[in-house]
Amino acid sequence: MLAGLLVLLLLGGWEAYARLGGIDAFILPAPTQVAQALWDDRGLLWDNLLVTGQEMVLGLALALVAGALLAIALHAFRPLRRAIYPLLVGTQAIPIVTIAPLLAAWFGYGLLPKLVIVALVCFFPIVVTTLDGLASIDPEQHKLLRTLGASRAQTFRWVEAPAALPAALSGAKIAVAVGGIAAVFAEYAGSENGLGHLLLQSIPQLETARAWAAVVVLAALAVFCFSLLALAERHLAPWAHRPKDLDA
Amino acid sequence: MATRLEAPTEGPRDVEGDVLLEGVTRRFGDVVALDGVSLRAARHEVVAVVGPSGSGKSTLLELVCGLQAPDAGRVVAGRAVLMPQRDLLLPWLDALDNAALPLRLAREAKAPARARAHELLAQLGLVGFERSRTWELSGGMRQRVAVARTLLSGAPILCLDEPFGALDAITRADAQGWLAGVLAREPRTVLLVTHDVEEAVLLADRVVVLSPRPGRVVADLPVALPRPRSATDPAVTALRARALASLRSAMEGGA
Repeated sequence: MLAGLLVLLLLGGWEAYARLGGIDAFILPAPTQVAQALWDDRGLLWDNLLVTGQEMVLGLALALVAGALLAIALHAFRPLRRAIYPLLVGTQAIPIVTIAPLLAAWFGYGLLPKLVIVALVCFFPIVVTTLDGLASIDPEQHKLLRTLGASRAQTFRWVEAPAALPAALSGAKIAVAVGGIAAVFAEYAGSENGLGHLLLQSIPQLETARAWAAVVVLAALAVFCFSLLALAERHLAPWAHRPKDLDA
Repeated sequence: MATRLEAPTEGPRDVEGDVLLEGVTRRFGDVVALDGVSLRAARHEVVAVVGPSGSGKSTLLELVCGLQAPDAGRVVAGRAVLMPQRDLLLPWLDALDNAALPLRLAREAKAPARARAHELLAQLGLVGFERSRTWELSGGMRQRVAVARTLLSGAPILCLDEPFGALDAITRADAQGWLAGVLAREPRTVLLVTHDVEEAVLLADRVVVLSPRPGRVVADLPVALPRPRSATDPAVTALRARALASLRSAMEGGA
């Protein structure tokens, strides 16, 4: 209720400022103009949404698979963890914006370089949270499993993997936030379509309202991916939302 | 915790179901947890170990389970399974699958494992709760599932570490009742660590009293009373008083 009121107030203020402040629409379009652009360009936005949506969803899926596999490897081999973890943190300092054109040069203008960039950006939070999930097992639980004669693989199958699942999905939820930005940069670096490409074109064409509309669609895409992951978590890991108890 | 753990099958183990500790000493750095402890549990005997906090009771169980190795002395025991105070049920499995876990770890197929777990849960009065999620169960029910899991491991020796320590008084009395019942039907060698002297006298064939750190055996009291026992039985209360007295003198002597 309060949140809705706040949004309304904000949009109202923006509208009034844009309309009455004598500001050109290509500098700051009013919300109604953005809404108009959303409607007028719906075909264009939809086509580009499909492109970026595909990059986001496949990139996230790739990051989840690669991130989970790497986390498992790092968890299983302690020395590997010590050796690779710092490198992993290092990769996060690579300015993706600047290497994106390189990737385009290597992998062409197709879907692949975009997937690589989105996955590169998304994969770090997934590795970190999955690794934490794998290591979150109570030491007492490990003792119990040992006396029950569980092997290393069985411990993973019955205890560690289920514990890491909601953690990996939480990591993916964090990754969604940066994944959208990564997809836009990937399209900046070389693309003929997608919301990022649309943004890049709209601004010099002084179609500012259209650019804003693309941003709105991009935000909606992120919210959609986030909800999808939340839904997956609810179905795959219902225990993560149980009323809190201290065990397990 | 960075303790180095031995595989439970290692070490000189001969007669299944027999537990023998001879002059066992266990140190952690400068702290001596157990000092020359000798203890024996015959097959199907229930031995309660009582002692103040820090008397090395849990260490003793971990030695028997092969989770730790003694620094001196000898531990001889068959396959022993640990049941910690916290039930440690897995929230991603329902009650039935939690109980059936040891069978699945022994590579038994899903259906027969569940059938056996179902039967045992029914004996423990959990009919209708087999498919419940762990967090939907009460503390007493969770502990029953944990006991079912322990029994289904098929191990001849059960090491129970304060199994009912987290339960309220009424639930605990109830739990002691069904544990006694289960052990009457399916006898095992049991080491029961508890700080509740009454629980020890109600359930055990013998009560071993440990001193404060470093843990030594200060009393070994036989409980030659018929079962089922009642907490209000004068013979039970008398034994309880004796065990408490030796516990108290041990604490004064060790201080």
